[in-house]
Amino acid sequence: MNFDYNEEQQLLADSVRRYLAKSYDFEARKKIVAGKGWSAEAWAQFAEMGLMGLPVSAEHGGFGGGAVDLMGVMEAFGEALVVEPYLPLVLATRLLKHSELLSGVVEGKTKLALAHNEKGARFSLDAVKTRASERGAGWVLEGEKAAVVGAPAADHLVVSARNDNGIALFLVDIGKVSLQAYRTMDEHRAADVMLRGAEAKRIEGGRKELEEAIDFGTALVCAEAVGAMKFACETTLEYLKTRKQFGVPIGAFQALQHRMVEMFISLEQARSMACLACSVVDGGASAAAIARAISAAKIKIADAARHVSQEAVQLHGGMGMTEELKVSHAFRRLTVLAREFGDADHHLARFAAL
Amino acid sequence: MDLNFSTEETAFRDEVRSWLRANLPQDLREKVEDYGHLSKDDLLRWHRILAKQGWVAPAWPKEWGGTGWNVVQRYIFDEELGYAGAPMIVPFGVTMCAAVLLRFGTEAQKKRFLPRIYNGDDFWCQGYSEPGSGSDLASLKTKAVRQGDHYLVNGQKIWTTLAHYADWIFCLVRTDPNVERRQEGISFLLMDMKTPGITVRPLMLMDGGHEVNEVFFDDVKVPVENLVHDEGKGWTVAKYLLGYERMNTGRIGESRRQLARLKQYASHMMSDARWRDRLSRVEVELTALEITNLRFLDRMRRTAQPPGADVSMLKIKGTEIQQGLTELMLDATDPAAADPLSEAVRKRYLSMRKTTIYAGSNEIQRNIIAKMTLGL
Repeated sequence: MNFDYNEEQQLLADSVRRYLAKSYDFEARKKIVAGKGWSAEAWAQFAEMGLMGLPVSAEHGGFGGGAVDLMGVMEAFGEALVVEPYLPLVLATRLLKHSELLSGVVEGKTKLALAHNEKGARFSLDAVKTRASERGAGWVLEGEKAAVVGAPAADHLVVSARNDNGIALFLVDIGKVSLQAYRTMDEHRAADVMLRGAEAKRIEGGRKELEEAIDFGTALVCAEAVGAMKFACETTLEYLKTRKQFGVPIGAFQALQHRMVEMFISLEQARSMACLACSVVDGGASAAAIARAISAAKIKIADAARHVSQEAVQLHGGMGMTEELKVSHAFRRLTVLAREFGDADHHLARFAAL
Repeated sequence: MDLNFSTEETAFRDEVRSWLRANLPQDLREKVEDYGHLSKDDLLRWHRILAKQGWVAPAWPKEWGGTGWNVVQRYIFDEELGYAGAPMIVPFGVTMCAAVLLRFGTEAQKKRFLPRIYNGDDFWCQGYSEPGSGSDLASLKTKAVRQGDHYLVNGQKIWTTLAHYADWIFCLVRTDPNVERRQEGISFLLMDMKTPGITVRPLMLMDGGHEVNEVFFDDVKVPVENLVHDEGKGWTVAKYLLGYERMNTGRIGESRRQLARLKQYASHMMSDARWRDRLSRVEVELTALEITNLRFLDRMRRTAQPPGADVSMLKIKGTEIQQGLTELMLDATDPAAADPLSEAVRKRYLSMRKTTIYAGSNEIQRNIIAKMTLGL
């Protein structure tokens, strides 16, 4: 039993945190969001620190890292509300086990995203209507993917589609699809992806690998949410200590003290489940045990994210509603993370079925 | 990061588990599992079985009979007892009074009381709360006036758990009503329950159980050698005790047993998605609490520091989970059924409301975290 990061993990998390503190404060983030939605400079720095190579296997120039290796990074991203599409890259990379593209990924030159979700899917893994048909030596895809986070910045997409044998995975050049890009409620960039006879290359893996990748991604979402909740708790605590009404800091009022304590407990309980989620996807547990632990973690993360974010805004009063404060942006990110790869209801159903 | 116990810790858990399988009397286990009433004899029988094995007071120094286990082993032991359905080790002697004597007692006091506590010769109870002093404990009024070689004690305690079984009571009393800081006028006294002037009156709770009492003191003569630590230092003793054993308030093992029981008992409810989702949420909270508890232990082991005030969250969450499980059990029971188990479940639902009130209400625990951890 040991809840520490190892030395390498700690060093990486520290260096990411230092970079974000120096170059990715709330003002810097605002400029990125107002621009194209991701910063080439930040991306290059992340690559420099080795983040892009982290999920890539050693044979392709990466580090072959697991979820615990990424946990500290994701937590730091959560605290700083990083908008660069790193998580979509990690997911796509997990599925693209062997490709000449991976060396470009490691260097930060190539961006990938996972295009799996479709309209009305409600987090169901099997709700894939996009069709894949063989044409000559390759494949063509026909269908629509919805709300693909990271697609506007991506060079290639890993796409799930159905052929006669079930769900299969494909690699598609972004030039072969048409995108309807937009800004999400949490200021990330996503797109609906139209696949109209898009040429595609079949890659290894199907439904099982997709589920594994999404469980891996869910563990990372848990870690990122813990970071965002940590920020929300700390900034709210600071506000309670500095905001004065009736001649005293509002943190002197027990009604608010107890609510702050409950936020803090939610954060700690969520952190425990993020530890579980990241450890379990790295370890040798059975597929069912992993799925059950991931769903348990996501139930807690979803509940805690909702609780902490809503209370953070409430305890800030009117200021919590404004664009001006970072807390309202954390609120939006946590609202999305609570639902990413399945909301609490989805995971309650999955947890009970296992 | 590794959430699993080490090979040695797992081996230790297995050793405890198999010993319990062989040595926990079946009738006691069944009573606990069926929410039955444990008599004084039941409690003492189990206490003596553990004492004979050398496991009744793991936290004590080895010279007095402790096991020399580290914090993780002690946690594993506690949770295995709960998981196995063992009767509780009544904490007032072994855990509380002993901790105070070991830290503040004289050699004579240790020699006089510790072996008898260990062997279950003396049954102890705790005299803290008073009718006017619940959460605001430092306002207590029970008076002890020094008269030569004894104190004369007058006043009243309340919520005194198992006072009707007890041979001894440890009490916070006011020895000096005139100090500026009211905490400084409090002392820690040990009293023989057979002393003339002590009266125990039962307080029946809504589940029909007799667990707590009022204890009255009318001109009770207590020898001065029964004072622990200096006169006026009782609050220091009380605070020490408060921080001493907060690590096993989560009751993870017991809740794991209740959860397994509930799933078995309420298998007919699992098709009801509303009920099932409530159950799942409690199970998730319990898993989170278990890991949170392990994180605290890991921190204690690494820093060799006592637990911080934030461990109060174990009490808050642990008791909420215990109540949540009990309520689910109640809801899985046929309201019209009059069988013994259904009756016992209803009584348990009533009884378990106490958990968020006793040992520092959950609101007091939140005050502690707000002040000590968050700096509010």
